Amino acid sequence: MSQSTAATTAEFQVAEETTTAPEGAAPAGEAHGEAAGGEAHGTTAGTEAHGGGHGGGVFPPLDTKTFPSQLFWLVIFFAALYLLMSRFALPRLAAILGNRKARIDSDLARAQSLKDETEAAVKSYEKALADARGKATDIARETRDAVNKDVDAESHKLDEALSKKIAAAESKIAASKAKALEAVEDIAADSAAEIVAALGGGKVTKAAIAKALKG
Amino acid sequence: MANDPIHQFQIQDLTGSFNLGGYDISFTNSALFMGATVTVITAFLWLASRKAELVPGRVQSVGELWYGMIDNMVNNVLGHDGKKFFPLVFSLFSFVLVANMLGMFPYFFTVTSHVIVTASLALFVVALVVVVGIYKHGLGWFKLFVPSGVPLAILPFISLIEIISFLSRPISLGLRLFGNMLAGHIVLKVFAGFVVSLGALGIGGILGAIAPLAMAVALTALEFLVAFLQAFVFAILTCVYLNDALHTHH
Repeated sequence: MSQSTAATTAEFQVAEETTTAPEGAAPAGEAHGEAAGGEAHGTTAGTEAHGGGHGGGVFPPLDTKTFPSQLFWLVIFFAALYLLMSRFALPRLAAILGNRKARIDSDLARAQSLKDETEAAVKSYEKALADARGKATDIARETRDAVNKDVDAESHKLDEALSKKIAAAESKIAASKAKALEAVEDIAADSAAEIVAALGGGKVTKAAIAKALKG
Repeated sequence: MANDPIHQFQIQDLTGSFNLGGYDISFTNSALFMGATVTVITAFLWLASRKAELVPGRVQSVGELWYGMIDNMVNNVLGHDGKKFFPLVFSLFSFVLVANMLGMFPYFFTVTSHVIVTASLALFVVALVVVVGIYKHGLGWFKLFVPSGVPLAILPFISLIEIISFLSRPISLGLRLFGNMLAGHIVLKVFAGFVVSLGALGIGGILGAIAPLAMAVALTALEFLVAFLQAFVFAILTCVYLNDALHTHH
């Protein structure tokens, strides 16, 4: 902000000349004299000259004489800025941000679809596993059932054959038993007849003995 | 004269005077710095968006931050239908910010330290609010000055206050920026001037100049803050005012 004294002095003199020129040669000369005269004088004269240069000793920001120029260039430059921003700079930045957003969104979508695919694969694997397990159980059960049936049939056949054999054997035993019992009766009758004879009871008929034995 | 704190606001013809319809429209130092402001903004944003990298570099990050800040502001204050005003708010913010920042360079002219510039921008914003408001809501927009639910007895009084508050908007919007920049630069120049004046007095003066030098350094930091803050305030108030034009209920 601080300016070199030489530079400001030069500017001051220029400003002073433009100020004082319309007023006449004599005041201009005086002003020059004062400027050459001393720093203190120069400062006050300079401030006055600056103000005076733009109408009625006003403060530069309030100097209405500079308004048309500032307004004119403000309109031109601000319109240019607006056009440059809206047509050129902002669409480019928007494209960069939009691309990034699109890229992130598509990456996320792809990650999601891959995840879905993985889950579907896991699910189908689990289903296949369950199916296989189910099929294995079925096969096992069918096999067991068939085997059981065979075993049942075999054992049934065996039982039948056995029971037939048992029945045959039993009937044979019964026959032998009956035969044996008959033989026993004969023997008993014979023995009885002989015992009766030996005891001196005389001859006893077979019929009488049989009757007595049954009696 | 080196200490004249007003000198920095002087408007100087650079090319000789032009006239348009009797008005002096010479290309001045003010116009030069307006042009520099536009150039700096455009060049920076061009640099920022040049590579268009997916993972941004430093310049691109700043550009994106700049864009994102105003985009958020417009979205938060104006909602979805404020999108149309985004380039305008962005331009206003950038113009004020860069003009303020350029003004922080020694010997550079501060465009925003002139009331005509800040008042024009403020009047433009408020005029836009009126035009957009009437365009969107017809004459119903003037209900803005007649708040609902106010007893009839005090309604005229309230309306008067509403109208005065509306009319004071361009004044406060323009003067706030102007006043901040003007006062900041004057104070900075005064303190810097003390340093030079005291420094010229010899060893005692140089020691005495330490305090104003520290002050000038601190003020410089403060002025950078003010330069940003005023641009931000200008942009956010523009959004708030435009919100009145878009959504009349408040």
